[in-house]
Amino acid sequence: MAVILKNEINKQVPLNGGHRMCPGCPVPVIVKQVLMSTDHPKIVANATGCLEVATTIYPYTSWNVPWIHNAFENAGATISGVVAAYEAMKRSGELPEKNKDAKFIAFGGDGGTYDIGLQSLSGALERGHNFLYVCYDNEGYMNTGIQRSSATPIGANTTTTPVGKKSWGKTQPRKDLLSIVAAHHIPYAASVAPHDYNDSMAKSKKAIEVNGPSFLVYFSPCIPGWKIASDVSFELSKIAVQTCFWPLVEIENGEWSLTGDSKRIAEGKKEKLPIEDFLKTQGRFKHLFKPKLQEDVLKIIQNDIDKSWNFYKKMAGYTD
Amino acid sequence: MSKEIKKGWKEIPIGGLLLDAGNSREYETGTWRTFKPIHNAEKCINCYFCWEFCPDNSILIKDDKVVGMNYFQCKGCGVCAAVCPTKAIEMVKEEK
Amino acid sequence: MTTKYEALTGAEAAALAMKQINPDVVAVYPITPQTPIVMKFSEYVANGEVDTEMVRVESEHSAMSATVGAAGAGARAMTATAANGLALMWEIVYIAASTRLPIVMGLVNRALSGPINIHCDHSDSMGARDSGWIQIYSENAQEVYDNYFMALRIAEHKDVLLPVMVCQDGFITSHSVENVLPLEDAQVKKFIGKKNFKGLLTSEKPYTIGPLDLQDYYMEHKMQQHDAMKHVIPVIEKIQKEYAETFDRKYEIIEEYRTDDADMVIVGMSSVMGTVKDVIDMMREEGIKVGAVKPRLFRPFPAEKIKNVLSKFKAIIILDRSDSFGSFPPLYGEILASFFAAEKKPYIKSFIHGLGGRDTNVEMIKEVISELQKLRDTGESNFTIDYLGVR
Ligand SMILES: Cc1ncc(C[n+]2csc(CCOP(=O)(O)OP(=O)(O)O)c2C)c(N)n1
Repeated sequence: MAVILKNEINKQVPLNGGHRMCPGCPVPVIVKQVLMSTDHPKIVANATGCLEVATTIYPYTSWNVPWIHNAFENAGATISGVVAAYEAMKRSGELPEKNKDAKFIAFGGDGGTYDIGLQSLSGALERGHNFLYVCYDNEGYMNTGIQRSSATPIGANTTTTPVGKKSWGKTQPRKDLLSIVAAHHIPYAASVAPHDYNDSMAKSKKAIEVNGPSFLVYFSPCIPGWKIASDVSFELSKIAVQTCFWPLVEIENGEWSLTGDSKRIAEGKKEKLPIEDFLKTQGRFKHLFKPKLQEDVLKIIQNDIDKSWNFYKKMAGYTD
Repeated sequence: MSKEIKKGWKEIPIGGLLLDAGNSREYETGTWRTFKPIHNAEKCINCYFCWEFCPDNSILIKDDKVVGMNYFQCKGCGVCAAVCPTKAIEMVKEEK
Repeated sequence: MTTKYEALTGAEAAALAMKQINPDVVAVYPITPQTPIVMKFSEYVANGEVDTEMVRVESEHSAMSATVGAAGAGARAMTATAANGLALMWEIVYIAASTRLPIVMGLVNRALSGPINIHCDHSDSMGARDSGWIQIYSENAQEVYDNYFMALRIAEHKDVLLPVMVCQDGFITSHSVENVLPLEDAQVKKFIGKKNFKGLLTSEKPYTIGPLDLQDYYMEHKMQQHDAMKHVIPVIEKIQKEYAETFDRKYEIIEEYRTDDADMVIVGMSSVMGTVKDVIDMMREEGIKVGAVKPRLFRPFPAEKIKNVLSKFKAIIILDRSDSFGSFPPLYGEILASFFAAEKKPYIKSFIHGLGGRDTNVEMIKEVISELQKLRDTGESNFTIDYLGVR
């Protein structure tokens, strides 16, 4: 179902301008896609990170929805408490009418989700609270100055995996968070790339409206962290999908499938581009190409991408 | 930048609570710009891609038509120009 | 009014109080010796005796985080923990207070490792003394029970809006069966009343809770917390008075025991004061004029009151159930500070006792009293700090 933007433009946006996210950061767009995908009233919890700090610098807030920030690693637990409060207050009859139908959404960066907040997320998923967790994955601790996280891809230059005489950046591949989340057997989980707003908003809507916990991991370029120009995030998002760096996956009640360009690539309707096409666009991988082409490293990276792509294809039933 | 009068501890809500939803609309980020998007209504087909992808909510729409940018908040990132299918937005160097 | 005593442990008394409060949300994680509270409360939930939404979180960090989320959304939210659990939730303990959420938490005092130890001392809660929570210390199961209701009223009072820790001694109080005189459900309901604080995430207007607060306003928010603490003592006094008038149970911020004609006293908190009172009774038989002073409140510290009470005596010994390595033990240090501006000061000495559950027995308290006599007569050990009952 395609999103008709003409129907969106006159609605109130969840996040106003005047926030202090970097120019061109796609995270506010991600928030918009998720929260505008349904008309339910929404309550938002936010882990510490760029989105939280840059949108609520006292005495200003960019949020037009009820919003709570507690700490870095506990968005899952915080939203659990909010949901529990709602359940209790629904029973006791003290919930304002307007809020009866409310949906609960937590946002966290990859650091707050893959790493320090993984336990809190896992607990909340296992307990089955009715909420959506959205990880905007910019592949590093960006708010504190571009340190590596377990979502940082292999080969990336970060401030804690700096390139040096004996280092070509991070040496470990990313953690497969989507699979970890899927292992909780929650009703809905998906990976999303923000350039494809039809796919993103369709997934967001399903995730918000499903009964039980749901999860989205969003591709989210970081302008200073990835050393890219401020206007390329959405173009990069497209390339990430086309190189299978970021497969668009959907897991509904345990059924895995591919969507968007990922589906087209799996079905042979679209070409799978080499990973160089993705890496070349970003300063954080510059050392792989200059001063000299690091073919061995590029091979490691391509192998890693192929391995995970094959895994997702298999899970989605394209190969056995 | 809107001149903000800083209040004392007795005048602000306790616990850091912010009561005025979305009041960052009053905060100027337009001063961050080095490039400025210029909208050309003649080339514009009103696909609203700029609106969809603008991270700063700075695309002005009136009667369902893109009419320009909110330069008070537009940071000049150039996303609107990048996603525009008809090149109806041009980035020009900001005159300071 | 109920006149039927029930045989309850301190933990059961806490669980019963929680049941009668019937909070909207309880988020908890088990840790000895807090577990009997959680288990008993779980039974109440399982039997439909409460309306509570219970969240069995995967850690104490999440327990406090969920409690903050729930309270922020407008729920009466409670939790309970001990020692390492409190340490794990540390970060959020501060956030709960700074966000001004009226949470009541049961704290079953236990030594904070290491080496790991499950028994009582106050090293856990004393570490949290500057977190912005109100701290009430209970001597026995009855106090635990009554303190819960008063704590809730204090926390939710419009001039306060701060979280409260109701502390009881691990095992000594939490696991010992005592006679407790409960109130009837309806009495509790009436006393605690309806919530008077706003649901911040359910309001018609979308509020932002927990923003980034930098140099411009952070200090103003700290000043508000500082000021709120100043309201606590008068609020507690009012609530204690109402409690006494309603239920005929008199509690004071500082309890004095046989001090009328005493020229020396032992000062301490929580369960040890039961033993102290017994030994005082024995010594009184021998004509020794010793009394006891028990602060129930440690945060805010009732400095003015303690000074007024203690300046009547020639000598005081302060029992602390935790050390502050390299400085003054917490209660001793507070009392020293309270006296700094006083003209008349008693001789004062500190004993650290009962760490990791070491029993502070009758013999030890007798030893304290003989030290107290020496202190009164010679002043020699003035300002000294010693461990009691250490080899
Ligand atoms: C317990 C704790 N540890 C560390 C920090 C410091 N810290 C704040 S934000 C952040 C990085 C957040 O990274 P991520 O979750 O990826 O979000 P991003 O900044 O990229 O938006 C860190 C390390 C903190 N606030 N709390």
